Amino acid sequence: MSFLEFRRLSVAFGDYVAVEGVSLQVAEGEFVSLVGPTGCGKSTLLNAAAGLLSPSEGEVWVAGRPLKGLNPVAGYLFQQDAILPWKTALDNVALPLVFRGTPWGEARERARAWLAKVGLERFAQRFPHQLSGGQRKRVGLAQVLIADPKLLLMDEPFSALDVQTRQLMENELLRLWQEDRKTVLFVTHDLEEAIALSDRVVVMAAGPRSRPIGEFPIPLPRPRDVAEVRLTPEFLRLHREIWELLRGEVMRAHAGA
Amino acid sequence: MRGLRVRLWQGGLLLGFLLLWEWASRTGRIDPFFFSYPSEIAQRVWRWFATGEVYPHLYVTTVEMLLAFALGTLLGVALGLWLALSPKAAAVLDPYVKALNAIPRVVLAPIFTLWFGLGILSKVALGVTLVFFVAFFNTYQGVKEVPPVVLQNARLLGARPSHLLRHVYLPAAASWIFSSLRTSIGFAVIGAVVGEYLGSAAGLGYLIAQAEGVFDTTGVFAGMVVLMAFVLVLDALVGAVERRLLVWRPKEREGGTA
Repeated sequence: MSFLEFRRLSVAFGDYVAVEGVSLQVAEGEFVSLVGPTGCGKSTLLNAAAGLLSPSEGEVWVAGRPLKGLNPVAGYLFQQDAILPWKTALDNVALPLVFRGTPWGEARERARAWLAKVGLERFAQRFPHQLSGGQRKRVGLAQVLIADPKLLLMDEPFSALDVQTRQLMENELLRLWQEDRKTVLFVTHDLEEAIALSDRVVVMAAGPRSRPIGEFPIPLPRPRDVAEVRLTPEFLRLHREIWELLRGEVMRAHAGA
Repeated sequence: MRGLRVRLWQGGLLLGFLLLWEWASRTGRIDPFFFSYPSEIAQRVWRWFATGEVYPHLYVTTVEMLLAFALGTLLGVALGLWLALSPKAAAVLDPYVKALNAIPRVVLAPIFTLWFGLGILSKVALGVTLVFFVAFFNTYQGVKEVPPVVLQNARLLGARPSHLLRHVYLPAAASWIFSSLRTSIGFAVIGAVVGEYLGSAAGLGYLIAQAEGVFDTTGVFAGMVVLMAFVLVLDALVGAVERRLLVWRPKEREGGTA
């Protein structure tokens, strides 16, 4: 049964049609990555699923209902830092609970446990500018996960990090996801990252009027280590196969740019 | 060490300037009738405080400016928040705000005196018209500059409008509001003193006007010194509160102008 579904979805910004006629289903507990060249409307789909954008045509269905307004069961990890710079790491993580009416004391207690889960218990009282880029991402991840969203939307969350930090974060994400298997829609332009993390990779056409043009199930066994899985023959085969399709779109995007 | 040297230079500059002034007045290079002597000005200030004759005036000016400061800031922040969060209201009120801000505030003093009398109310009103716009524009700007991604994140995490105000908009605008507070203090003093100067029975502005009326330049300068010290103290207080409330901000380049 699909938890998230795009039904013939189109989104336009004025005259510019970003995505057109997108139909895509994500099953409950499935980890799906969207890959595609720059400007192919990956983030647009994510924003539509979060309810930040209203589609010009079609609908987003969440848990069997059409989505109206902000998606109440979604957690969104942005590409940029989105945590509040004027709150400590601890208070940032506690905040979603406070928004839901939990008193500060209890919220901080639970936030402390989440900070420990992402390895930041010693940094609870630091402000975001006193943390590294990777640490800020961990705070962001804990902040999103503490509210226990059913659906996790991620927009190139690790693209600003260096390679080592990035692999650490990817493994961390898989470890946390393994615990309760949320439905994940993960946007990236990095095909290797997509394959290493996902159950299924969806390739988007170059924009404008972008839509999915290929779907690839990733039958790699879990639990995975993102660094090691990249060296397996199966991974390389999948990479070659998907890249075959993706390369054409990347070329088209470049020609158009 | 560098800090100490800067302090020494600062002190030396002041001392040099005062000595030069004193010397020029004593030797008749400038007319003491118009410029007085720093030593006499210092004596006058000392006498004012020693005899206590300045306190009632200082008190009146303080009350006026604090009221103007508090009221103006409160109204400015409130309206700034409202217009920043309600683009429709902002679009309607924009020309009025601009037009009102275009009035040179000093010309309002006579009308305020007519409306509110010679007491402290007319001075508070004048100060409010000055302070209000500083607080208003800064709050408006501060709220407008909240990064959209921070705002979207907070909304997706379940923040309701009251949460957004408390945890996002106000803290984001705080650094703007604080920088405006330091300007506002100066404006509140201007409002109070100009108001007193144009018509009153007490206050530092009144003191200066009285001294001027009898060509007592020493008294005029002494009044200026007291005002200056007064504003510096308030500015330091705001600075201290600011440092406490804005601990989250990354430090500016060390050793810059503090």
